[in-house]
Amino acid sequence: MVKVLHIDASQCTGCHQCEMACSYHHEGVFNPSKSRIKIFNFKETGRNVPYVCTQCADAWCLQACPVDAISVNAATGAKEVSPTLCVGCKVCTIACPFGTINYNSVSTKVDKCDLCGGDPDCVKVCPTPALTFVEADQAGMDKMRYWAEKTDAGNQATS
Amino acid sequence: MAWTKNVLRVNLTNGTCASEPLNMEWANKYLGQRGLGTKYYIEECDPKVDPLSPENKMIIATGPLTGTAAPTSGRWSVITKGALTGAIACSNSGGFFGAELKNAGWDMIIFEGKSAGPVYLDINNDKAELKDASALWGKSVWDTEDALREIRGDNDIRCASIGQAGESQVLFAGVVNDKDRAAGRSGVGAVMGSKNLKAIACRGTIGVQVGDPMKFMMAAGACNQILADNAVTGEGLPTFGTQVLMNVINETGALPTHNSADVQFDGASKIGGEAMAEPRESDGKANLVSNAACFGCPISCQRVSQMDPEHFAVKGQPKYHGKEGGLEYEAAWALGAATGVSDLEALTYCNYICNEYGMDPISLGSTVAAAMELYKTGAITDADTGGIALEFGSAEALCKICDQTGLGEGFGKEIGQGSRRMTEKYGHPELSMTVKSQEFPAYDPRGIQGMGLTYATSNRGACHLRSYTVASEILGIPEKTDPLTSDGKAGLVKAFQDATAAVDSMGLCVFTTFALTLDDFAPMVDADLEGDWSSEVLLQAGERIWNMERKFNNDAGFTAADDKLPERLLKEAAKTGPAAGKVSELGKMLPEYYELRGWTPEGVPSNETLSRLDL
Repeated sequence: MVKVLHIDASQCTGCHQCEMACSYHHEGVFNPSKSRIKIFNFKETGRNVPYVCTQCADAWCLQACPVDAISVNAATGAKEVSPTLCVGCKVCTIACPFGTINYNSVSTKVDKCDLCGGDPDCVKVCPTPALTFVEADQAGMDKMRYWAEKTDAGNQATS
Repeated sequence: MAWTKNVLRVNLTNGTCASEPLNMEWANKYLGQRGLGTKYYIEECDPKVDPLSPENKMIIATGPLTGTAAPTSGRWSVITKGALTGAIACSNSGGFFGAELKNAGWDMIIFEGKSAGPVYLDINNDKAELKDASALWGKSVWDTEDALREIRGDNDIRCASIGQAGESQVLFAGVVNDKDRAAGRSGVGAVMGSKNLKAIACRGTIGVQVGDPMKFMMAAGACNQILADNAVTGEGLPTFGTQVLMNVINETGALPTHNSADVQFDGASKIGGEAMAEPRESDGKANLVSNAACFGCPISCQRVSQMDPEHFAVKGQPKYHGKEGGLEYEAAWALGAATGVSDLEALTYCNYICNEYGMDPISLGSTVAAAMELYKTGAITDADTGGIALEFGSAEALCKICDQTGLGEGFGKEIGQGSRRMTEKYGHPELSMTVKSQEFPAYDPRGIQGMGLTYATSNRGACHLRSYTVASEILGIPEKTDPLTSDGKAGLVKAFQDATAAVDSMGLCVFTTFALTLDDFAPMVDADLEGDWSSEVLLQAGERIWNMERKFNNDAGFTAADDKLPERLLKEAAKTGPAAGKVSELGKMLPEYYELRGWTPEGVPSNETLSRLDL
């Protein structure tokens, strides 16, 4: 079964360790600005929100690429960019509705999350449960369990 | 290695910015940040320099681990001669600014001279220039950061700035970054203000390299695991922040209360970490919203708070109704227990004011407490305070005087001088709870004996962060010692001072030391830098840094006579709690400490010690 990066923003402390793990894995350098996963700090609401490619099943970026540089990794389900095929035309960055595929002016290719080949480093360094790597089909189970308990508590109170 | 080897020299008098190579010989000897910045400072400044004169310099320094994946790698420091103390000052902050500076390709910034008019330093990777800050002068830290983001058109810049307090040279003004993280102590913000330097805006996208990344990631991962498994760093600090200490220290009988007349505060449980997490009586919501992390930190002890919008301090002022940096233990103690105020919301407001106007809440709270005692004894009256009834326990008076101090108005001008100068002016210097003119923090030396020696010998004036023997004496880290005895504390203080100087100089947060030792840090430093870095090398660097700072202070005119505590702690016994009947036994510890340090009985490092440490 396909696994996905699952984000629970309520657990994110904004430490940026995921960004450093990502930039180190892909670029060999600690550099949040080169990370494929990003943490956005919304100071006014006190929230830190991770954001990353969700690996669409029918991916806009893949469909839009004129040179078929983006392909599906059959083992992980990740949409991966071939650095040899990519011509840096940036059409995918326009097609992606979420902004999670971006041009890298150093490599002159595009970068996106490739799930580190199926064992994402961002998840490994996350000190909280904000980032987890879970079965895609089960991603909502924890939320359902939480609300089921709440709903039942309400039922018990009124029964 | 994580050194970019670039130092940015900014001459404010001439308006120039120039790059120069990092002195690697010094980096290898003084490690980085606190140690290396102090070495640069001492080499370039006369120890007798007036802190607020153009001849004083101000250095912003990162460590060799700043900006890396090491846990708590967001640290950076401001090094100068303290406006409050006249001693060497190194004020350390977290947040994101330090890592951004390193990512922009700079290890250090040296500010010299004084600008004719207000300026800010604009850094975009290797491009650095001074720009006119006339439109920013007079703005708070919060408004300055917002304005700089707008001017730059870049939401991702990180800023360090002074507020109104630094501009008007409140002597305990700090430099605040990321709106609520601060290089708070010793008046480094007043020095920045004296130079007409309003802010530094920085964006860095170059990245940080380490020498041996594989080895480095292994070492950092091991440290992260230890931090996660430790009860203090993995559970206590994330849940309650440093405020986990309020009830603990109060029960220990070491919570300085009512300007240190008492050692326990009956309102402590109302202003501690647990209280912050409980629903308020007024609106049913908790003061604490969540915790948050500085750059690279797995501990995430920072508090995010939200006040009751109906509270008198913020009613009708929507800018204080959002989510902001909340109370840390030292701030809650100084603004609360020291002043006898148990209104958690009022303390939260005053903490906001400290972030917004750029002030050190420890010195502010302690100075207000001294003023309250002057008011109680009649040494000052309503005629002096402009009608503010400065009574112990008055939340209204506290909020009012905090506002005035930040803005340099009314009696706040006197508070802004710090408690040593203020109490002297009104004829009662004995009421100043300071060492080397700096207010001591939230641990009473009568109940935690090691902290008396810690305060008396701290090179930047009274401070808990130079040797946090509370870890051993109260929390049992690395091993439990009896807080009520002074036996063995000279050695304990020295060991903590040297190790802490090393941690501060690596670019990490001292809170990691609740779980990690130099043996854990050494593999990270070794994987990062050239050369061999063992825990022994790190500890010796720490001792070298301590002695270097001491020598500077001696050259600046400080003597053994300045290694003293307020008389109250030496003569008035604790009235209640486990320490009842105790005074600080500083006199017993100090000679032993000098001897262990290899200093003369006059507190001067001997030639033998200096040469042993290659100073």
